[in-house]
Amino acid sequence: MRSVLPILTVVMVIVALWYAGAVAMNKRWTLDQAARADQELTVAEIVADTLQQERPKLPAPHQVGAELWKTTGAMVLKGRAFSKRSLIYHGWITLSATLMGFAIGAGLGILLAVGIVHNRAMDMSVMPWAIASQTIPILAIAPMIIVVLNSVGVTGLLPKAVISAYLSFFPVVVGMVKGLRSPDAMQLDLLKTYSASPGQTFRKLRWPSATPYLFTSLKIAMAASLVGAIVGELPTGAVRGLGARLLAGSYYGQTVQIWSALFGAAILAALLVGLIGIAQRLTLKRMGLAR
Amino acid sequence: MIWLVGALLFWAAAWMLNVWIARQPWRQSMAARLAVPAIFGLTVLVVWEGLVRGLSVPGVILPPPTAIGARIAASVPILWTDFVQTFLKGALTGYVIGCAAGVATAIAVDRSPFLQRGLLPVGNFVAALPIIGTAPILVMWFGFDWQSKAAVVVAMVFFPMLVNTVQGLAAAGAMQKDLMKTYSASYVQTLMKLRLPAAMPFIFNGLKISTTLALIGAIVAEFFGSPIKGMGFRISTEVGRLALDMVWAEIAVAALAGSAFYGLVAVIERGVTFWHPSQRG
Repeated sequence: MRSVLPILTVVMVIVALWYAGAVAMNKRWTLDQAARADQELTVAEIVADTLQQERPKLPAPHQVGAELWKTTGAMVLKGRAFSKRSLIYHGWITLSATLMGFAIGAGLGILLAVGIVHNRAMDMSVMPWAIASQTIPILAIAPMIIVVLNSVGVTGLLPKAVISAYLSFFPVVVGMVKGLRSPDAMQLDLLKTYSASPGQTFRKLRWPSATPYLFTSLKIAMAASLVGAIVGELPTGAVRGLGARLLAGSYYGQTVQIWSALFGAAILAALLVGLIGIAQRLTLKRMGLAR
Repeated sequence: MIWLVGALLFWAAAWMLNVWIARQPWRQSMAARLAVPAIFGLTVLVVWEGLVRGLSVPGVILPPPTAIGARIAASVPILWTDFVQTFLKGALTGYVIGCAAGVATAIAVDRSPFLQRGLLPVGNFVAALPIIGTAPILVMWFGFDWQSKAAVVVAMVFFPMLVNTVQGLAAAGAMQKDLMKTYSASYVQTLMKLRLPAAMPFIFNGLKISTTLALIGAIVAEFFGSPIKGMGFRISTEVGRLALDMVWAEIAVAALAGSAFYGLVAVIERGVTFWHPSQRG
């Protein structure tokens, strides 16, 4: 709680810098317009104009906020929450791909981690590649996956979900292998003296002690999954989804639209990661692992 | 048919070889730890080749590794131009600027615990956001050439770097700081001789995370507009022409560049933080 004031201060500083930046970057256009109309503008007029341009270089925070409200809350009030102009609709498209990919990627990741922990040959052959793959810009293959899956007839949600799954897969594998290996030798020996089977060891010792690692890697995987879904929408010709809004905005110079899509994505990411954080807190509390 | 059976046989044989190596008493040796993943990687390539040829998968869906290799050998000049444009100009410039800015900001707020308490949660929050989405904005501001790619990379690596450095600067123990005080060391001396060296493991952690982010940022930013060279540009256009062997060639180069970049930073880390427990033993 004691960090509320510092956080607010930092956020205020960022917003102030943003306004200053908006004035500085949009000034040129305002002055050009004024010069063309042979007008002399006072400083107050310049500032006022830079903060309400139609297509500013850098939209001011309140413009982005207004656009966000116009495309979400206002649409809901009008009862058209899922019309194509609504950010909720585009966010939902992205969210469904994100969640589907996250479920596939995290599920497969946990399975592979269990395999790695229980099979030494698998550990020695797969693990170095799983680690090395984190140094590779996997996102670069996104356009190819989309186009290839399209050409074999798979369209819609699945291609994007495949990219999300691929991105969220490796963090989960690496995190879970670490987690499943976290019980120390003493605890494993204790279970051996109880003559516990491997299955019992897994259920009663390895899985519970891997839970904190699971949630940490799920957070990373969720963030990566959202990035994957957004980038996956870029090569499809920009029709639906937050990524499509970004691309369409950049084609038509609609900066306010880009920024509102960006903040939509940021809010979505914060919500998803926050949800996992809450689940983590509750689970760890029930397990007596909370600190 | 012969390709399919051959691939499956090779897979079985290689797997048995790996299981055998994993049971040997010398499995902890360097050779075994290199051989097993190498054999596995080779198996993946052979099975890929065998399946693609055996099932006669068209090249516009999945080209066999040999075709990709031939393409790499045939288009070295193009790959080199793209590599220079995306990696050396875009990613590397942004990486250096972004990391330096992150470390500098962390040191600048170091004297104010108030700002740190605010900056750390905000930085952690921003680091989890899809910053890659700023790419279209930055491309608009800085133009199509590599400057905008470097700007995207700066935006992507700044916050992970900031958070890691702030954490690292808090890593020096109270006892060590007291010792510096008994020497009547000034703030700058304590910073240079104790706290920055103690922060190095954290800083290098940030540097290593940033290598991957830098390459991703530079490549994805090119999807939003680029001059007619660059890895991201090549990938998106060649995908459009269904020349998938070229796409795979670019991906191979990107993977090699990414791993080599990471490896280089890791080697420097070994030299700088030789004293840290994770580097001994």
